Amino acid sequence: MSEFVPKPARPAPITEIGAIGWARKNLFSSIPNTVITLLTAYVLWSVLVPFLGWAFVNADWVGSSRADCTSGGACWVFISVRFNLFMYGFYPEDSYWRPNLAFILLIGFLIWLSIPRIPFKKLGAILALTVYPVLAYVLLYGGFGLEVIPTHRWGGLMLTLVLALIGIVVAIPIGVVLALGRRSEMPVIRMVCVIFIEFWRGVPLITILFMASVMLPLFFVGGTDADKLMRALIGIVMFQSAYMAEVVRGGLQALSKGQFEGADALGLSYWQKMFLVVLPQAMKIMIPGIVNTLISLFKDTSLIVIIGLLDILGMVRQALADPAWLGYPAEGYLFVAFMFWIFCFSMSRYSIYLENKLNTGHKR
Amino acid sequence: MTQETGNIITLKNVNKWYGEFHVLKDINLDVKMGEKIVICGPSGSGKSTMIRCINHLEEHQEGDIIVDGVILNNDLKNIGQIRKEVGMVFQHFNLFPHLTVLQNCTLAPIWVKKMPQKEAEKIAMKFLERVKIPDQANKFPGQLSGGQQQRVAIARSLCMNPRVMLFDEPTSALDPEMIKEVLDVMVELAGEGMTMLCVTHEMGFAKKVADRVIFMDAGQIIEENDPESFFNNPQSERTKLFLSQVLGH
Ligand SMILES: Nc1ncnc2c1ncn2[C@@H]1O[C@H](COP(=O)(O)OP(=O)(O)OP(=O)(O)O)[C@@H](O)[C@H]1O
Ligand SMILES: [Mg+2]
Repeated sequence: MSEFVPKPARPAPITEIGAIGWARKNLFSSIPNTVITLLTAYVLWSVLVPFLGWAFVNADWVGSSRADCTSGGACWVFISVRFNLFMYGFYPEDSYWRPNLAFILLIGFLIWLSIPRIPFKKLGAILALTVYPVLAYVLLYGGFGLEVIPTHRWGGLMLTLVLALIGIVVAIPIGVVLALGRRSEMPVIRMVCVIFIEFWRGVPLITILFMASVMLPLFFVGGTDADKLMRALIGIVMFQSAYMAEVVRGGLQALSKGQFEGADALGLSYWQKMFLVVLPQAMKIMIPGIVNTLISLFKDTSLIVIIGLLDILGMVRQALADPAWLGYPAEGYLFVAFMFWIFCFSMSRYSIYLENKLNTGHKR
Repeated sequence: MTQETGNIITLKNVNKWYGEFHVLKDINLDVKMGEKIVICGPSGSGKSTMIRCINHLEEHQEGDIIVDGVILNNDLKNIGQIRKEVGMVFQHFNLFPHLTVLQNCTLAPIWVKKMPQKEAEKIAMKFLERVKIPDQANKFPGQLSGGQQQRVAIARSLCMNPRVMLFDEPTSALDPEMIKEVLDVMVELAGEGMTMLCVTHEMGFAKKVADRVIFMDAGQIIEENDPESFFNNPQSERTKLFLSQVLGH
């Protein structure tokens, strides 16, 4: 028998490699494909080129008034002149370091908690949930020797982040409790939870904010001097908890009955069963739903404009109404859209990363 | 306690309904310390329901269930007490997929018995060795075969040091070549004197280890006898028919 000699590998045909090969295979493989490719290219060309020209090539970046916007493209001066207002609202300028510090600490905690390689996660989580809120409150609002800055002066991106973060962090535990209550074996608890959830889910957020700012003071004596931001926050948290509860319920339902029974048979108490066995597994299923809810909350924070608080969108709209700067709505709205997009996109990417990580963790 | 009778489990006139459906009818059963009982019967006859009542995974509506001197009612303290004494192994293992094999075994000792982690791990390793899979301790259940998973489930129950073990068709979700490895562990456990109630259709296992075989149909105990008489000399027609179907092929 002759010995087996493998044939030498030949280079792949030109149609399989290189830019030309790729284009032939993916863009021009058939007549319909070619037509679609050309059409798409035409549309992109006719939209993108003018846009890029307007936004970058012909844009004005530096200056201090609209007189500096002469080139006919986008007038980013409009943004840069008012950048601080868009970020901090009417927060006093000499105290900008306070929200800045709070934000840097926040980023620090997020990095600590979200990057797996950094140790002491438990400590980080405990600090982030106990020390940080107090610290952030003192920094933003004042007290302990810091000048008090009332919440009606807060605004811009800072206010957006405050609303979204508090809404998210407080709504998750309430949502979990509501979801567990909805599955409770005690009819009274179940009914209370169902009514609560269905009430808040059935009402638009904008109505809730109105009620919080207009009606709450009517019902509660002394409610008039409750902080406006506080009232809006309570409304947002209620609304958000109801949605969160439904997301959590979906996660709980996806677990097999055997998991509950396994935990019961070992003698775990109800809360041990939930926190050690059920929720850690349900969490994995719930991540996309939770992040989805978070993203919509983040965007919905803009609705507080209607009760007179100015988040980043509110600040930009106010700037657009300034007689000295009439005529730059495109720049303003693009800027807002971009800021929202950055935050929402990061959340979305992190959730995808988390899902992948958890999926490979303990499956075959 | 139960010294005067020597019974670790007593069911007295137990009745249970699922809505309108009368699933357990006047069940009377006494289990002595160290006794091994095999329960068989056609599908839907209430075998699972009966043993699940013993650790209150299901609630019975009438009659008394007494486990190791503790009366089972809706008192949460009693339920907790009984579940510490009674281990259960399920058809589909019900291991916790997000925890490693070792963590599955130490979870209840640490949280229910408040055992220090080190000690719990030592005990867990002892039982994992007894079911012959100490080398899998740090894997996740999803990485094990069905037979291995069921053995982990048995070890997990044993870690709570129960006085009674309940088995609900522990081998019926397994491929044939894995049944033996699980049955071997159960035979060994029986040899060590564990009190066992086992729902199974493995008649070979019944003949080998059972002190008593119980035959159920339509929510009632039709017949109970030692395996020798049960298989060779069944009393009722129902039992004969069932045995001919199970052993017939
Ligand atoms: N949660 C439930 N709700 C209503 N009916 C139920 C429920 N669980 C079981 N049943 C019914 O009760 C009867 C007894 O069920 P059980 O599971 O105890 O039977 P089994 O003897 O274990 O049968 P199998 O051999 O199929 O496991 C069956 O008719 C079943 O349909
Ligand atoms: Mg069954």
